[in-house]
Amino acid sequence: MVIAMRMLDKKLVRDLVRMWAQVLAIALVLASGVTTLVLSVGAYQSLEETRRAYYERYRFADVFANLTRAPKRLETQIAGIEGVGAVEMRVAKAAVLDIADFSPPVTGLVLSLPDDGQVRLNRPYIRSGRLPEAQSSLEAAVNEAFAKAHGLKIGSQFGAILNGRKRQLTVTGILLSPEFIYAIGPGDLVPDDKRFAVIWMSQGALEEIFDLDGAFNSISVQLLLGASQEGVIERIDQILKRYGGAGAFAREDQTSHAFLDAELQQLRAMSRVLPPIFLFVTAFLINMTLTRLIALEREQIGLFKALGYGRYEIAGHYVKLVLAIAAIGIVIGFGLGTYFGQGLTWLYQEFFHFPFLVFRRDPSIYLIAAGLSFSAAVLGALRAVAAVVALSPAVAMQPPVPPRYRQLWTERLGLFRHFSQLTMISLRHIIRWPVRAALTTLGVSLAGALLIVSLFSFDSVEHMIDVSFFLSQRQDATLSLADERHVRAVQAAGNLPGVMRVEPFRSILVRMRNGQYEKKLPIQGMPADPALLRLMDTALQPVSLPEGGLVVDKRVAELLHLRLGDVVEVEILGGWRGAERAVEIPGVRGANIGDAAKPLARGPRGLVNVAVADIVESYFGLSAYMNLPALNRLMDEGNVISGVHLSYDKAQENALFEKIKATPAVASIGLRGVSVAKFRETIEKNITTMVTIYVGLAVVVAFGVIYNSARIQLSEQGRELASLRVLGFTKAEVSRVLFVELGLLVIAAQPLAWVLGYGFAWLMIKGFASDLYRIPLVVNASTYAWASLVVLSSAIVSALVVRRRIDQLDLIAVLKTRE
Amino acid sequence: MPSLHVTKPGGAAGEGVIFSGRNLTKIYRTGELEVRALNGVDLDLFEGEMLVLLGPSGSGKSTLLNILGGLDRPTSGSVIFKGHNLTRLSESELTAYRREHVGFVFQFYNLIPSLTARENVGLVTEIASNPMRPEEALELVGLGPRLNHFPSQLSGGEQQRVAIARAIAKRPEVLLCDEPTGALDSKTGILVLEALVAVNRELATTTAVITHNRAIKDIAQRVAFFADGKIIRVEENERQLDPADIEW
Ligand SMILES: Nc1ncnc2c1ncn2[C@@H]1O[C@H](COP(=O)(O)OP(=O)(O)OP(=O)(O)O)[C@@H](O)[C@H]1O
Ligand SMILES: [Mg+2]
Repeated sequence: MVIAMRMLDKKLVRDLVRMWAQVLAIALVLASGVTTLVLSVGAYQSLEETRRAYYERYRFADVFANLTRAPKRLETQIAGIEGVGAVEMRVAKAAVLDIADFSPPVTGLVLSLPDDGQVRLNRPYIRSGRLPEAQSSLEAAVNEAFAKAHGLKIGSQFGAILNGRKRQLTVTGILLSPEFIYAIGPGDLVPDDKRFAVIWMSQGALEEIFDLDGAFNSISVQLLLGASQEGVIERIDQILKRYGGAGAFAREDQTSHAFLDAELQQLRAMSRVLPPIFLFVTAFLINMTLTRLIALEREQIGLFKALGYGRYEIAGHYVKLVLAIAAIGIVIGFGLGTYFGQGLTWLYQEFFHFPFLVFRRDPSIYLIAAGLSFSAAVLGALRAVAAVVALSPAVAMQPPVPPRYRQLWTERLGLFRHFSQLTMISLRHIIRWPVRAALTTLGVSLAGALLIVSLFSFDSVEHMIDVSFFLSQRQDATLSLADERHVRAVQAAGNLPGVMRVEPFRSILVRMRNGQYEKKLPIQGMPADPALLRLMDTALQPVSLPEGGLVVDKRVAELLHLRLGDVVEVEILGGWRGAERAVEIPGVRGANIGDAAKPLARGPRGLVNVAVADIVESYFGLSAYMNLPALNRLMDEGNVISGVHLSYDKAQENALFEKIKATPAVASIGLRGVSVAKFRETIEKNITTMVTIYVGLAVVVAFGVIYNSARIQLSEQGRELASLRVLGFTKAEVSRVLFVELGLLVIAAQPLAWVLGYGFAWLMIKGFASDLYRIPLVVNASTYAWASLVVLSSAIVSALVVRRRIDQLDLIAVLKTRE
Repeated sequence: MPSLHVTKPGGAAGEGVIFSGRNLTKIYRTGELEVRALNGVDLDLFEGEMLVLLGPSGSGKSTLLNILGGLDRPTSGSVIFKGHNLTRLSESELTAYRREHVGFVFQFYNLIPSLTARENVGLVTEIASNPMRPEEALELVGLGPRLNHFPSQLSGGEQQRVAIARAIAKRPEVLLCDEPTGALDSKTGILVLEALVAVNRELATTTAVITHNRAIKDIAQRVAFFADGKIIRVEENERQLDPADIEW
């Protein structure tokens, strides 16, 4: 018995060697599935774990609030709120920086560090140098990304306009901070390290510079375990209300955290959609291939039985065979998955600044991947072995009864009369095994679908850029003012060098509530028919702002369950100075559209009810819009703006930039052109890496499916083909029998691949949507074409490989043996 | 050792020599092992004759037939078919040779299961230059009424007769049969042999039949005896028996 088993094992090894090409094709397909799972889950877990460790060690705060100005004595009151563990008060101000040899103005966020050296929350990680000296108004530490972008070293100097006065600051340290893992400037879509800086200075110095002696304008709070976040936020809001509190917010609304979250969410979506598809496809393929492979061993299995082997020994032999194939695939998948996963995590270092990386490799992912792969393989094997083992040895050793074919009603009608007998063989073959043909078609179409789902993100992002930057945001620059100014500022902006068009906007922070749903977001007041920043409806047509009423973007409408004409409660946040009284705004028909009689009423705490007048498309952020005059009347704070959008003459750009840098009223500047370019660059780098990996894997799957189908078909029909060669058919003619069938199935698979691909893409997109951005589902015709082209090429390559085998068919050997 | 020339006997049917094999050897090398499947065979086949090849298993009969049929090449020696040296033909010329001139019948019928009897024959008539109609060929082997049956619907003997019809439908010059009755019982075997004899008579197709069944030699005009890769003896039958009259 022992010796006999060894013989079987010898057969196993020989079989593996003999079928190496097929074994490798199946193993690679399986490896693709395993790779995607290990890769995306690995990257996701590593990033999440890195973030968790970073937050914990550097005490990232839980709740944040900005306000106009409040005395430091509030600290005890806030620390006394139930659930608050630690409080840090600081000065946080925007500033325009002037960097040598860099023309565009840089937006800086200036943060204070306590002078006692005890940073309680949001501790910076010192990459090099030291923190600025206490009370020094000449020293500053900067974030690493910015320092790298401009080649700043310890001791380098740069200019900063702080509270209207330009100062020369010296770099003492290069820092990283859990608050700025994703360091993105105001108005930017992706980080531009050259144009956005975080600057840390002494608290004492900043208090003096910004006239905040004994006061602060930003607060961070750490919560105790089990504290009620909403409760604390509510209490802080109450306390800060009279100090111009702009509404406390949790981590989920903190920019860096939110972006990292969105990225993690995307990774998670990817790891939940793509690997299951890959694994399903590979399981399916393994199943299909092994079933047919083992069916070919029918006679040998009969022989084993005749020799006295039990069914379990025989089944065991074939299970071992597929386990061996699966093991090869799993090992390759583990290797590639771990490698790509680390690569991806490293890639994230470019956008997300961590002082360290924690590679987390959860063994459960490897177990799941291996378990799924092994089960798929074994299931496929058992199904086939069971069918054969059930036969009596005598029957199993008989050649299978020639398969029964029949003529089709279509043939009787003479529809196929024009096909040659060779074509007939292919057609009847498909019709004789409709399930097999259908499964092969499905397998091929799944491979095509994987390609589509891997490729379509380019289309979607390109569409996103087109709509957002070429249809909607057409301004060249956006200037945000340090404080709200009278609309007269528009004239001043118009007089800046090279400026061709100016459009004012006012942005106010509100909380919108519709029944149980609420959301904090800005309302932008803007001209009724803007030419620079335009709103697009869902059909991508420009929208005019109504004289009253609110326009919200699709995401806001979804989150707050708003429909056209619904009334939403708006609470004005952040130091509202208007009067609480009923006002009538000409042109505004009232709280309810169509109810012209009812004046728009501002209730206590700046509460108003506004009707939704329109819903617009938007792929970035959350936003609501109102006609600027209407917004100003509603706010009752005078005719003011918080910034302007500009278009300008590129030839005068440098002069314009110089002038802006010298204008203290400007707190920050967004440059659309640079943003778009940066966005493209970032996204492209990001997507290209991902897509390259996934497309590579999808190609492997496509090739694996088709090659295996062709090879198995060749094994099954080898005898027929050899007979045809004996009868005098040429190699080309004989190959055609195989290729017509394969070709028909591959072509039939294309439309199905397109439909499945679109469906998979939809699944992914759904998982991607966040408050920061939504990716529209756009699949260009070219993507379908590419996917099909790749599949067809795989088919052609497979055909060529198989063709070589057909050419080498041993005619005599085939004819000597019984079927 | 004198080489044994098999020359044309006086009274045999047919006129010229269609095949002329000279000093044919076939050596199979598998590693250290060397098998001389053919060891210096000389054989002429005459137009329209019926030749039976007899001999023990492994003596080289199939090897010779495969070489004559253009399925295989000798290690040395030459085969002249109507003035053409087969050993010099390229792969595609051999294919064309099989397509135009040779009909094969094997022990295992090698029909295409997805094609009906008529279509299996049609397979060949489609590509031949001067074929008969598939119906005609099937008529000749007595299968007129089973035209539209698939192989799975035919008995072994019937399948073999379809194979014969398929082999002769292109009106080949030679019909090469390797144990055509090997898988059949005697009654069915006789039907198959009758089909072969009918074809040989009516179309004057040169026919070579390998068999293990000595009784079958009586249907031939000549019988070649094989042993150890050589033809040791050629006998001539004075009279060809009808397959129905042989005893086995
Ligand atoms: N591909 C091959 N490799 C090695 N040896 C071979 C091969 N084909 C045939 N032989 C050997 O050549 C010899 C002649 O074989 P062949 O098939 O011609 O015999 P045969 O007379 O037809 O026998 P049978 O009556 O059993 O069919 C045998 O010894 C056989 O083992
Ligand atoms: Mg033989």
